[in-house]
Order: sequence, then structure tokens, then C-alpha cells
Amino acid sequence: MSWAAPDDIFFSTSLAAYLDKKLLVLLRDGRKLMGLLRSFDQFANAVIEEAYERVIVGDLYCDIPLGLYIIRGENVVLIGELDVEKEELPAQMVQVSEAEIKKAQKAEKEEMLLKGLMRKRMEFLDLDKLAILFEDREVAELYKVIMCVCVCV
Amino acid sequence: MLFFLYFKDLVGQEVTVELKNDLAIRGTLHSVDQYLNIKLENTRVVDQDKYPHMLSVRNCFIRGSVVRYVQLPPDGVDVDLLHDAARREARGG
Repeated sequence: MSWAAPDDIFFSTSLAAYLDKKLLVLLRDGRKLMGLLRSFDQFANAVIEEAYERVIVGDLYCDIPLGLYIIRGENVVLIGELDVEKEELPAQMVQVSEAEIKKAQKAEKEEMLLKGLMRKRMEFLDLDKLAILFEDREVAELYKVIMCVCVCV
Repeated sequence: MLFFLYFKDLVGQEVTVELKNDLAIRGTLHSVDQYLNIKLENTRVVDQDKYPHMLSVRNCFIRGSVVRYVQLPPDGVDVDLLHDAARREARGG
């Protein structure tokens, strides 16, 4: 990214066109930051003023204020210009407090952990090996179903 | 250098950029730079329901390092031209 001349702003890939605009910045760790772009460089390092993190869990969301941020460019996935005339989020989404969204995040994380654990247990029950053990594929399938049900209960 | 020049020729075409975080964005190629950073216009996300935060984003800057694929229209590619250019680059570079 080179420094663009006043007219080049509209045709080049520099972030100069986004200066002083309200942006959505997606980070590699999945976070969504929003705020005003004040400065940038060739590595896509960025200075964001009045930054806040928008945490979304299902249909709930919360904006957590962060203040003045410098983002290291290597963490940036995407910088999006928000259309002020359009709704930022779908209508069904509900804004909640920081405490509530943290609770929802924790619940979602635990659900994911549980799902991962279940999947690992299911994969352990290898159908082909069971078929050899029981010398009958149908019995093996039945055994796997019963074991899966036991794991879930 | 080769792909930078190639993408410069593609400016104005509709492309779908798939990122390493599995987000796929369709839009008009506005510009590209030496790092293959991409600027898209008139963007819409492929699986919009999964990414509600992207609803009002119409233009975006995508860092080159996070791109997995750039999907092009089948008739947007002159394969023979690219082939020749690649051979030349391999010989000279």
C-alpha cells in the first residue's frame, strides 16, 4: 500500500478511503471491533477511535466499549465500511448487558465442549472393527446405536 | 508480481473471495495491491444468516494474508494467456 494522492483514494487499495469512517474490523480470533479509522500503514496496522467490541451469541448481542485501539495488522482479517443507511444487524437481534452476554458466551462454550466430547466418544466406536468383532454388521450397528444412546444419557 | 498484474486486469469483475476463517464474500473487484490485499464493492456474504454482523457492510478491504480462494467467473480467465505468462515468469524469474 503506497500513500495515495487525493484522487487515487478512489481507485487504489489503500485504506485512505476509509479514514474517519465507522468501520467493522474482523480479527483472526473471531472478534468484531467497530469504530472510527484514524490511521493505518502498509501492514494494515490501524488506529481505531471510540472502538467497541460487538459480541454476538445467537440472537443476543452487546457492544463493549474499548476506547482508543491500535490493532496490529497481522490480526486483521477484514475491514468493512458500514452503510449508514442500512441496519447493522437483523431485526430479531436483541441487545443485552455485558454480564448477560458473558453468561451466554460461557453457556455456548460449554455446549461446544460437550458436543466435541460426544463426537470423540462416537468416533471411538469404529463400525468396521465392531463388525469384525461381532462377525455381523447388523449386530455391530445395533451395538453402536446402543452405546451412543448410553453416552448421551 | 504475476498475480498482482492478473488481478489488476480483473478489476470490475464479480468474484467470490473465500477467507481462511471460512467466510465467503461475493463482490465486485475494486482494486488489488502488491500484497494481493483486495478491495471489494457491493459486497454480500454468501451465508448471510451465519454472519449477522456483516449485514450492512457494502465495501470492504480484505488483507491478502487471510485469503484462501478467489473464485472467478469461468469466462473471466484466459487460461492460455496466464499459462504463457507463467512460463515467461518461470524462465525470467
